[in-house]
Amino acid sequence: MTTRDEIYATLCRLLQPFNANDVELTPATEISADLSIDSVSVMDFVMEVEDHFEIDIPLNVLSETRTMDDLVNVVEGRLKHKAPS
Amino acid sequence: MTRLLDKYQSILERRARMLAVGSDAVGLVNQQMLSPTRAIINGRETILAGTNNYMGITFEPTCIAAGQAALAAFGTGTTGSRIANGTYALHTELEAALADFLGREHCIVFTTGYQANLAMISGLAGPRDTIFLDADSHSSIYDGCTLSGARLVRFRHNDAADLDKRLSRMEADDDQSGGGRLVVLEGIYSMLGDRPPLADFVECKRKHGFELLLDEAHSFGVLGPNGRGLADEAGLEDDCDYVVGTFSKSIGSIGGFGAGNDEMFDVLRNAARPYMFTASPSPATIATARAALATLAAEPERRTRLWENSRRLHEGFRDLGLDLGCDTVSPIVAVKCPDEASTVAMWNALLDAGVYVNIAVPPGTPNRLCLLRCSVSAAHTADEIDRILDLFGKVVAAGHRTRQSA
Repeated sequence: MTTRDEIYATLCRLLQPFNANDVELTPATEISADLSIDSVSVMDFVMEVEDHFEIDIPLNVLSETRTMDDLVNVVEGRLKHKAPS
Repeated sequence: MTRLLDKYQSILERRARMLAVGSDAVGLVNQQMLSPTRAIINGRETILAGTNNYMGITFEPTCIAAGQAALAAFGTGTTGSRIANGTYALHTELEAALADFLGREHCIVFTTGYQANLAMISGLAGPRDTIFLDADSHSSIYDGCTLSGARLVRFRHNDAADLDKRLSRMEADDDQSGGGRLVVLEGIYSMLGDRPPLADFVECKRKHGFELLLDEAHSFGVLGPNGRGLADEAGLEDDCDYVVGTFSKSIGSIGGFGAGNDEMFDVLRNAARPYMFTASPSPATIATARAALATLAAEPERRTRLWENSRRLHEGFRDLGLDLGCDTVSPIVAVKCPDEASTVAMWNALLDAGVYVNIAVPPGTPNRLCLLRCSVSAAHTADEIDRILDLFGKVVAAGHRTRQSA
């Protein structure tokens, strides 16, 4: 099972190409607001996350997902759902 | 206390940067319209190469006369919704004429093209359903999806294998396998002018059994032996359950339509909120649309001229060494530019020299591209196309060369 730390580290790596201003990332970083990236870029980033973890993150979920930590929760939840232990 | 408009400060700053170096690219005024391809802008006669007026039909005498007659006979506006007092014989006649043109059983007319997508998508899909939409879909599709309340899954642009993967993933998940599934594609994508591989998507449809909606906004009148769009061109109309289109491009009016063969189709008139809670299109609007549809059907040579002009512009740009939005000839010819500042500068230089094109920047573009986007009209003369080519050579290609040698 992928740990939360591993998920967070992967998200940071996948987000880097979208982080043009090289904002330092923390679990509290608000993906859109703090990185000044537009809505389409956020969706493109999430598509990379979906493909890396082989999960679906429907766009509807994104409106409630602001911070990196929120996204870790989403990914963790989808992974657990995919492979029930 | 938070002032609501404060969240748009960055938009104001971006606009101020643009205005500091020239004209207002997102608020330009056509002071007079001289023809489908000419206007007075900033006091100067300007060639229009960014109007989506594909058939060049906006000054067609029969369309103008039809609009004037309807204005005199039916008045200036309908003052009501289609489900109240806003249905006139004009609306039902246009719906019948469109259904006939499209070879579909049913057709509904909407007040704008934007509302056509809002109404069709939110009417078809609801909170228990799933919509799969192309990543590069137009905002009206995204907004229709949001309005529907359906689960939204975005697949990679023009990639039927990626859609197949996401459908398979969902089918493996028991929790998510309920509800209907709608896939939304466009006939021609508005920013880069490219088209989806429809046969691949239809193969995917046969495997997974979803319902397919095709937005022919930019392809209606433009593609296919009958001018019905991409599905007509591909010979796959029976596989497209629903087709959406607009009157604001090839038809040269305003409004939109949705069409299909399902026997329950007309229930959307009592279910789609963007149909029910807005006034119906005005009499003159509908009458010009109807006359334009008849003109399109009677004059396929307009389509021939459009493609000749599109080829001339596409090949001319290619010969200039410009980096184009798509490899195939299309009435939308987008030139990729290095960054927003240079795109704005080149757009101003083109306008000052007498050619208007569209400027397109993120987030309105795929992959954060900055584009100078041209749309070709059947009404462009060869001289006008050559003038556009000449100016792009001087303004855009010259910049490309300078940067490459720097």
